[in-house]
Amino acid sequence: MRVIYILWLREVKKYLRSKTQVVASLGSPIMYLGVLGFGLGPVFQRAGEGSYLQFMAPGVIGMTVLFTSMFSGIALLWDRQFGFLKETLVAPVPRFWIMTGRTLGGATVAMIQGLLIFLISLLAGFRPTSIQTLPVALFVIAMVAVVFAAFGTIIGSSLKDMQGFQLVMNFLVMPIFFLSGALYPLTNLPKVLAVLTRLDPLTYGVDGVRAALIGVTQFGITLDVAALAGVAAVLLAAGAWRFSKIEI
Amino acid sequence: MIRVENLVKRFGEVTAVDDVSFEVHRGEVFAFLGPNGAGKTTTVKMLTTLLRPTSGKIEFDGLDPTVKRDEVRRRFGVVFQDPSLDQDLTAWENMEIHGVLYGVPKRERRERAETLLKLFELWERRDALVKTFSGGMRRRLEIARGLLHTPKVLFLDEPTLGLDPQSRNQMWTHVKSLNEQDQVTVFLTTHYMDEADRVADRIAVIDHGRIVAVGSSQELKERTNTDSLEGAFLALTGTTIRDETASAADTMRQVARMWRR
Repeated sequence: MRVIYILWLREVKKYLRSKTQVVASLGSPIMYLGVLGFGLGPVFQRAGEGSYLQFMAPGVIGMTVLFTSMFSGIALLWDRQFGFLKETLVAPVPRFWIMTGRTLGGATVAMIQGLLIFLISLLAGFRPTSIQTLPVALFVIAMVAVVFAAFGTIIGSSLKDMQGFQLVMNFLVMPIFFLSGALYPLTNLPKVLAVLTRLDPLTYGVDGVRAALIGVTQFGITLDVAALAGVAAVLLAAGAWRFSKIEI
Repeated sequence: MIRVENLVKRFGEVTAVDDVSFEVHRGEVFAFLGPNGAGKTTTVKMLTTLLRPTSGKIEFDGLDPTVKRDEVRRRFGVVFQDPSLDQDLTAWENMEIHGVLYGVPKRERRERAETLLKLFELWERRDALVKTFSGGMRRRLEIARGLLHTPKVLFLDEPTLGLDPQSRNQMWTHVKSLNEQDQVTVFLTTHYMDEADRVADRIAVIDHGRIVAVGSSQELKERTNTDSLEGAFLALTGTTIRDETASAADTMRQVARMWRR
């Protein structure tokens, strides 16, 4: 327990110390909120869908959590050769604890980032329809964070060099974001897109956050949480397995 | 302390360590000397439970590392070829985490961390982030950290790579005094002959995954009829330059070096 705690604490401490990184990582979500939110607002309104900012703010929160937690996992690759990971891998503790501490730490950091974006979106004019359901939103965000931190761990344990990183960014992280319905409603989509969006775990995360914050949902909060829990279980197990196979 | 019999490690077609046998006695400084790609690091990885041998036997303080992995891990400290400190944490925090990972009780952990940091002349800088440290300071911190859980054996895998002569000199002075005072067995790998000559009680020369000679520096010189260890080394391993194919880790190592400058 102490081992998991201290590895978790390490991730959080490092995050709180890297002020520039915090600011930098908030850059693109703010762009999405500010530029797309206000830029596409009028079109969205005319299409009869209401306020675009209201609609996309949960999506941008989801995006922030996705990016932050994936990165924390992928950072493993660098850490393995030139970082602290080796120190933990020769310690007399089960690898599963190490992976748990790291993943929970990465997920916590992603959650904090998501909350920051939530606060910023409030400043931009986002208005949740209900405050009572805020804990539900937090819970969903936490699940999204765990899902993608575990996913990042799988990738970070499997990649061999930094070149693979670009590949993962372009063919995995970006599609997960664009297919999640963070930026557009999931109704009346072309067949292929409809199927793909439903295979994307982030879809259920964004939908869950929307359900909790603005009362709009495609699948219902129960299905959202169930889907996320299922994916989390699978990815955590796979992450633990990949992590146990790391050779340095 | 360590007994290795007929140790073999194959990666696919390549045999990195080929039927190696040797023994390290309690309290001695034992050096693995060999050119690049000779199998030094692979052997260290097997001794430190990070790689499983393809075949052969290792006995570590009477224990088999493949079976009693965690007990063996508690008995050694290791400084890897590539850095393994957390640069965004302070020296003290790095020590703390190590202590927790090895289950050292809080009071003992703090006391020992203080003693070691003082010994390695890092106490004044304990609250500074590691990324502000020089190469020599980082190495010293890694060694101090590796000793925190009072290991019986300290592994040093090319510990002086990239250090200036002053830092190297200071580092070996510390290691040597620790070895003499606390009876810590030291297992080091290097390709600097002068280092092995200076600190090691016994030297094993390894080449192409095989041990070609074992003995004190004096014995090696006598055996090869040369007057320096360098001469003995070249006589034993030949003068051809080793071309290694670069692995992914090597490529990353180059990038890392560029970034550090």
